[in-house]
Amino acid sequence: MLAASTTMQEGSKNRKMTHGNRRTKIKKDFKKNWFVYLLAVPVLAWYIIFCYGPMWGIMIAFKDFKPLLGFEKSAWVGFSHFVEFFKGPYFVRLVKNTLLLNLWGLTFGFTAPILLALLLNEVREGKFKKSVQTITYMPHFISLVVVCGMIHIFTANNGILTLLVEFITGKDYDSLLGYSRFFRPIYTFSGIWQNIGWDSIIYLAAISSINPALYEAAEIDGAGRIGKMWHITLPQIRPTIVILFIFAVGGLMNSSHEKIIMLYNPMTYDTADVIASYVYRRGLREASYSYSTAVGLMSSVINFALLWVTNRFSKKLSETSIW
Amino acid sequence: MRENGTVMIRKRRKHKSLYNRIFDFFVYLILILLSIACLYPMVHILFASVSNPTELMAHNGLLLKPLGFTMDGYKLVFKDNSIFVGYRNTIIYVVLGTFVNMVMTIMGAFVLSRRDLYFKKAITILITITMFFGGGLIPWFLLMKDIGMYNNIAAMIIPTALNTWNMIILRTSFQAIPIDLEEAAVIDGASQVHILTKIILPLSKASLAVILLYYLVGNWNSWFNAMVLLKDRNLFPLQLLLKEILVMNDTTATSVGSAGGVSINSVQGATAYRELVKYCTIVIATVPILMVYPFLQKYFVKGVYVGSIKG
Repeated sequence: MLAASTTMQEGSKNRKMTHGNRRTKIKKDFKKNWFVYLLAVPVLAWYIIFCYGPMWGIMIAFKDFKPLLGFEKSAWVGFSHFVEFFKGPYFVRLVKNTLLLNLWGLTFGFTAPILLALLLNEVREGKFKKSVQTITYMPHFISLVVVCGMIHIFTANNGILTLLVEFITGKDYDSLLGYSRFFRPIYTFSGIWQNIGWDSIIYLAAISSINPALYEAAEIDGAGRIGKMWHITLPQIRPTIVILFIFAVGGLMNSSHEKIIMLYNPMTYDTADVIASYVYRRGLREASYSYSTAVGLMSSVINFALLWVTNRFSKKLSETSIW
Repeated sequence: MRENGTVMIRKRRKHKSLYNRIFDFFVYLILILLSIACLYPMVHILFASVSNPTELMAHNGLLLKPLGFTMDGYKLVFKDNSIFVGYRNTIIYVVLGTFVNMVMTIMGAFVLSRRDLYFKKAITILITITMFFGGGLIPWFLLMKDIGMYNNIAAMIIPTALNTWNMIILRTSFQAIPIDLEEAAVIDGASQVHILTKIILPLSKASLAVILLYYLVGNWNSWFNAMVLLKDRNLFPLQLLLKEILVMNDTTATSVGSAGGVSINSVQGATAYRELVKYCTIVIATVPILMVYPFLQKYFVKGVYVGSIKG
């Protein structure tokens, strides 16, 4: 065995090695590369405590968790929290709100950066292009708290957005955040304001790697600028769009509480309350720990299933996959 | 025949250039309008923050210049101790947090970039799973309480010590370093410590700058963990105080309620000043990031490019 010493043979040898041999090899490697293994320890410890720890805590979804009794001693109750949620009055509303809010995002928030990238690609003058980029990326760096604060200011009684809406509709309004029907537009379009520039970067990166010969060929065939945009640029960046689209569709049942809890109020719960904000409210404000964990678990299971299915579809249709 | 042909070509060219001009006109128009839409809200806040509060209350619509000029709002904010303490806390959390972030991310990225590591596959799987599954908010919160993060400044640093995306960005750039360099160093007897500190880190300065900036911005803007885990007001970061002032409309936390040295005669005047303070706090909290951002823009953008390779 020792005689066979070329790398190729060593590779196949490794697989045939006995358990004991492997162990001594690992020991040797530990000695040689102790530094790498040492560095791995805190990183793995962090993942185990802060990512896997909460996963272990999911079991309280099946228990009647009492903080005084702790994780272990609280009584098992099976699926009763899930049943309570399914039968309760909020299930339909929450699922509907989560889906609709994400569909708004998918329709407007997903397409806006693609359009911006296509438009920026048409600008030949460097200085103008750079200025537009600098300005549109800027809102991305404003903190969420400040963004929501600005929304509160601009949608107040005499805020400029309220005045704009009054001008368009010809009706009088109080603070726009008090009307359920304005919640989704406010949430979605403020999101576009925050992210349109930043999200366009990835498409601009994809566009910049398109072979210029393709455009020349299209020009010879008589394609105008819209023609080139439609027949060359868009198909060339399709893989990027598809991958981001898979994530977007896979996240249709996903929601983030951070922005919503700063914008909603009891008057707008019927459109604004989504699964994540409900989990936050029931769990952290009203301390229904087990029940809200069950709600959260249910939504993340649906989420993962959605992501898996979308990815499956995309693999079949366009041969693009996220894993 | 030939003349006819050149005329046709000329016509087509003319037609084409007109088409081009109209097309350009719309492209520029849309981009200019979009830029105005992105910029205006910030300009509005800035102008409002130095406007005369009473005039501002009475004013409706766009602000194209400040209404009058006063620094009273800023004076009020800076006189207020809690904003000052918030600022100080934020700086502490940002410095400590970003330091821990960088150390942990470099360690993780280095481990993941090693080619011949036992258990590498297991480690990769362990990390990838966390990108798709999590325990959710409530189990996370209960665990934080159990391990003593409640009302402890460690809550602002340890639970967010690592970001998997940033770690992957850094690993990708570590892996892009030619292996020959490392092999040559190994032949010269270099240890892994040496490889990391003398070869890999100096050659990844650009990527390190990128993730450093991401962590800085993230830590500066973070507020939710502080809201659910910190109880003591003296520990609150700036963003959490801002949230109370801007979103919950609660200025009693600041000295504005008691007018703090600026003479305010009526209830209406107090309301006007309260509004003014909102604008000023937004400016104070946002200016540091927006001032440095244009100079560092290319690094931020580079992060998206690197991330998209292995996204």
